Amino acid sequence: MKKILIIISFIGLALTLLPSFLVFASAISWDTYLLLMNVGTIMWFVSAPFWMEKKDEA
Amino acid sequence: MKSKRGNVLVKKLDEINEFERTPVPPSKLKGAGSFWGMYAGEHTAGTEFVIGPLFVAHGVSAFDLVTGLLIGNLLAVLSWTFITGPIATRARITLYYFLEKIAGKKVTLLYNLVNALMFCGLAGAMIAVSATAIGIPFNLPMPSLNDFFPNSIGWIVAVIVVGAVTTAVAMFGYSVVAKFGKFAAPWMPLVFIASAVAVLPEIGVSSFSNFWEVAKERIWNGVPLEGQSKFTIWHIIFFSWFCNLAMHIGMADLSILRYAKKWYYGVTSSAGMFVGHYIAWLASGILYSLFLLESNNSLAFSPGQVAYRAAGIAGIACVIIAGWTTANPTIYRAGLALQAVMPKSKTWKVTMIIGAITTFAAFFPALVMRLLDFVSLYGLILMPMGAVIFTDFWLFPKLKLTQNYAEVRKIQFSWPVFLTWCITLLIAFLLPMEIYFKALPGWFIAIILYTGLSYFQQKVLEVRGKKKIL
Repeated sequence: MKKILIIISFIGLALTLLPSFLVFASAISWDTYLLLMNVGTIMWFVSAPFWMEKKDEA
Repeated sequence: MKSKRGNVLVKKLDEINEFERTPVPPSKLKGAGSFWGMYAGEHTAGTEFVIGPLFVAHGVSAFDLVTGLLIGNLLAVLSWTFITGPIATRARITLYYFLEKIAGKKVTLLYNLVNALMFCGLAGAMIAVSATAIGIPFNLPMPSLNDFFPNSIGWIVAVIVVGAVTTAVAMFGYSVVAKFGKFAAPWMPLVFIASAVAVLPEIGVSSFSNFWEVAKERIWNGVPLEGQSKFTIWHIIFFSWFCNLAMHIGMADLSILRYAKKWYYGVTSSAGMFVGHYIAWLASGILYSLFLLESNNSLAFSPGQVAYRAAGIAGIACVIIAGWTTANPTIYRAGLALQAVMPKSKTWKVTMIIGAITTFAAFFPALVMRLLDFVSLYGLILMPMGAVIFTDFWLFPKLKLTQNYAEVRKIQFSWPVFLTWCITLLIAFLLPMEIYFKALPGWFIAIILYTGLSYFQQKVLEVRGKKKIL
């Protein structure tokens, strides 16, 4: 479960950053960039506290 | 009648022991991970959305900014590592308790009041920045670079909402603050970077190879906005070194680094400096330059709107969270400052009072618009006490002077400390230079003054007093 949460978190971070480079390269539209960034943000904050919390307790 | 849940909450809050008047025990020491997260979160903050744009407004050139930030931030990390950390991990007490031992209760009381007031101002600026983001969905009229007073009831309501949430989190103590900073720390810099990269084509950057050319001509073109002074590389070096002067050389972070397992954990401040005070300042400058291009150099100033333009909802969230993660530890620090004045009061109650004052300060947009000056003033005013602690801790044993003189002699008011503080600030304010540069000569002046006055107190007056008794 923890590994799945970590994977979700890192996909979230990737979705926060990478679409900006794609919009810079005109590979995606501005709206798609905003959508992906918002999805990435939600993924990070929904998943990270659980495994980061557990890592602290360990 | 209080509910059972209410009683449990109050009990839980009362039990939070932050070791205000005792050294942190070994069992409570924290590993480097807590500090990387804390510093990264704290220094990728709401203010970064203001400072980067203000550099653009002050007409700094691209080369001066990139080079100046590199040098200044390095100096800041070295200050945390070699000035604050070693003392924090040897003494493991708060700045305020340290001062009480050296300066006596009355001087410390005065210092704590000034300190708490400055912290309130700084945290207030961060709450105000977050409020610019809260106001977007409600179309609140945003303040401009020249505004001093709040310009609408809506603005005040937005500030109150952000202030209340920030204070509630800060009331639960350092662990909660560190935890939240840790969660948000990896995400926030990515939003800064992403939003800056995404808007580059709209500024005229067609590939990374022509970035530098566009940066020199359209982002940091070296021309200040109307009514703004011109910044050089020296402004950038000294501002980036001293914008956290109160924390490192001023020793406020003794309260944080006393939890460090190793003396060199001050180096973890590099997470804050080179991510928050380098990348985020450059990124927010890029975002602001787009705003200036699109608005024909408008003086309206709303970090929330600038972030929303570049990153949508994630941008708004970043401004709010960035402001929050810095305001939290700042309110916590101010709470400790006031706790030292009222040792019998519970930390959470004191923090609640501080939160209310901070929220009131945030009503005034001038706190944001003159942030560079305020930050420099704040560091300068608190710096002499850091110099006093440094001198007392390292130089006094070598000079065979008594350390922690107030505690040893049981005095309430150390006149050498008080005079050092006042005279240093007086000389610093009289020095014919801009406020950004005054702290460096001021630190040496404070060390010389405190050493000289203490020598006179301990080696001349004390000896003369003993002879009279004999």
